[in-house]
Amino acid sequence: MAKKVEFMQGNEAAAHGAIYAGCTFFAGYPITPSTEVAEVCSIELPKIGGKFIQMEDEIGAMSACLGASLTGAKVLTSTSGPGLSLKQEIIGYGCIAEIPCVIFNVMRGGPSTGMPTGPSQSDVMCAKWGTHGDHPAICLTPASVQETYEEVIRAFNLSEKYRTPVMVMPDEIIAHMRERIVFPEPGEIEVISRKAPTVPPEQYKPYDTQFGDVPPLAAFGSGYKFHVTGLNKMQDGFPTTKAEIVQAEEERQVRKVEANRADIMKWEEYKVDDAEIVVVAFGSTSRSARYAVNIAREQGIKAGLFRLITFWPFPEERLLEISKKVKAFISPEMNLGMCAGVLKGCIEGNAPVLGIFRVDGEPINPDQIVDKMKEVK
Amino acid sequence: MAFDYEKYLRPGKLPHIWCPGCGHGIVMKGIIRAMDTLKMDMKNTAIVSGIGCASRLPGYIDCCTLHTAHGRAAAFATGVKMAKPEMNVILCGGDGDGTAIGGNHFIHACRRNIDMTYIIMNNYIYGMTGGQFSPATPTGHMASTTPYGNPDPCFDIAKLAIGAGATFVARGTAFHANQIDKLIVEAIQHKGFSVVEILDDCPTTYGRRNKYKSVIEMMKRLKEVAVPVKAAEKMTAEQLHGKILTGVLYKEEAKPEYTAEYAKVIERAKASRK
Repeated sequence: MAKKVEFMQGNEAAAHGAIYAGCTFFAGYPITPSTEVAEVCSIELPKIGGKFIQMEDEIGAMSACLGASLTGAKVLTSTSGPGLSLKQEIIGYGCIAEIPCVIFNVMRGGPSTGMPTGPSQSDVMCAKWGTHGDHPAICLTPASVQETYEEVIRAFNLSEKYRTPVMVMPDEIIAHMRERIVFPEPGEIEVISRKAPTVPPEQYKPYDTQFGDVPPLAAFGSGYKFHVTGLNKMQDGFPTTKAEIVQAEEERQVRKVEANRADIMKWEEYKVDDAEIVVVAFGSTSRSARYAVNIAREQGIKAGLFRLITFWPFPEERLLEISKKVKAFISPEMNLGMCAGVLKGCIEGNAPVLGIFRVDGEPINPDQIVDKMKEVK
Repeated sequence: MAFDYEKYLRPGKLPHIWCPGCGHGIVMKGIIRAMDTLKMDMKNTAIVSGIGCASRLPGYIDCCTLHTAHGRAAAFATGVKMAKPEMNVILCGGDGDGTAIGGNHFIHACRRNIDMTYIIMNNYIYGMTGGQFSPATPTGHMASTTPYGNPDPCFDIAKLAIGAGATFVARGTAFHANQIDKLIVEAIQHKGFSVVEILDDCPTTYGRRNKYKSVIEMMKRLKEVAVPVKAAEKMTAEQLHGKILTGVLYKEEAKPEYTAEYAKVIERAKASRK
C-alpha cells in the first residue's frame, strides 16, 4: 500500500509526530508562531481519547504537562520565545524531578515580544541555560517538515529514555513552511516508553540508582505511592541537604545525558570529507547553506555543510576533528553568533569561524554564504 | 480508642518542619481524618502543593505526593486530574503561594470547576521566608516588609474563590479542629472545584510582630472572630462587625465539572471520525 503523503506545515507535522510517538496530553497557551501545534492537538488528541487543555498561562501549561506526565502520559507543549522564558522555572523542575516531557519551541525574533512573525534562531542558548542551576539539556533543530515530524518522535523517545525534558526548536520558517511529508507506517519508526518499575510498590524509590543513571518512573495511580519535589532529593524522592547526596544526584542528572551523547547527537555531513570550508548550520539556514555549498563547488570552492540536527548536546568531538583539516568554518545563523560561540569553544583555535549573523527577521540567503566563503584566504 | 493517624503517615518522616504552635499540623490531622472517613484509596490519591511551610504537608502523608514549584500546585494538579480523572486530587498550600504567585492558576481552577479540593492554610503571612506580608495580610498589620504597617488591602480568599467560579467554598479555623475534617469531607465529596480556607496561625513570623503574646492568644482570637454561617443569619450587621464567617459558605451543583465536560469533547471528537 502506498504511504500517506500530504502537503503540510511544520507546526502541523509536529502535532502529528507527537501522536505517532504516543503523546496523549497537550497543555499550552496561544502564542505566535507556534499556535497551530495547539490547534491540531485540540482536534486530534480527543479523537484518540487524549486530552488537550488550554491553560491560563505558559507556566501553567508547563506545570500541567509535568503533572500529566507523572500519571504516565506522554506530554507535549508548544510555545515560542516569550513563552519559553516563562516556562523555564518549570522546565528546571522537570530536569531535577526527572519528568519526561517535550517542549516544541518555534524560534521567533527576541528578546521580549521582539518580532512575533519573524524567524529567528536565537533561543538555542535558552535551551541549554534558560533555567537556573546545572541540568541536562537536549535540543533538536529540524530543517524540514518531514524532519520536524521525525524529530518530534525522536524527542519523545529521548525524553522517555532519559527521563528528562527535551526541546524541539525549529525556526519560524520551518514551522510555517508547507512542504511534502510522507507519513511512516505504524511501527516503522521505533517508539520508546519510559521504564516502569519492576520492584513491588513497597520497595520502589523514584530515583533508585541500582537501576542505573535513569531509574524507572512509576505512574501516579498505578499502585505506587511516592513523593516528587523540586528540592534536591534522595533516592526515595524526599528532600535532603546532605552534601554528598546532593553532589552525586546533580552529577547523575547531567551525566545521564552527557554519558549518552553518542546516542543523542545527530548531524548530517554534506561534502565535508574534502572540504576546506565547512558551513555549520541548522534549521532553515542549513537549507541555504546546502544551496551555497553546491554553488561554491561549481565555482571550484571546496565547501561542505555540517548540519546540526541535535543542537544539544553539541557534537564537539566531531567538529574538533574536522577543524584540524579545514581552512575555516562559516556560521550563518539568525542570531548574533550563538552557534559560532559554541563552535569556537570546541575547536581549540584550529580554524577561524566567520559569522553571518542576521537578526532583522530576514532569512540568510545562499549568496551571502558564498560571498563569505570568498573572504576565506 | 484514639484515632490512628500513623497508618496514613509515611514512616520516618516526622518530626515535621513546623514551629511549635503552628496550626498546620492541626490541619494535617483534619485532612487525615477526612481521608479516613471517606475510606480513600491512598494509591489513587494525589496531594499536590506549592512552596512554603504549608506546602510541605504532602510529604508526610502516604499517598502520591507532588511538591511543586511556588504557586503552581493548581496547574500541576490540573494536569494530574485531566490525565487521570479517576484519581482523587487534593491541593494544599498557604495564602501567599495560592493567592499571590499562584493566583492565576487558583482562579482558573475555580473557573473550570475541575473536581479537586484545595485546602488553603491562611496564616496571613509568608512564614518560610521570615514573615513578609501576603495578599491575605490585613491592612495596617506588621510584617518584615511592612515596617510601617501594611498599606495593602487584602483578599477575602473565600470570596475570591466564589467570585472565580468555585462550586464549593468553606471556611474553618485551626482552633475549630473538629470542624476541619467535616468541611474537608464535604469538599472532597463535592463534584467540582472545592476550596476550604482554614484560618491558621503563625506565631513565629506573624504573631510576634502583631502583639500576640502567645499561641494561646492567637487561638483565642480565631475562636472569637469565627461565626458559623447559621448563627450569623440571626445576627445584626453591628454584631457581625469584625467577625469572620465559618462553615460552608457556598455550594452550587448545577455547574458542569470540567473533566466530565472534556469526556464529552472526546465523545464528540470520536464521533466526528466516523
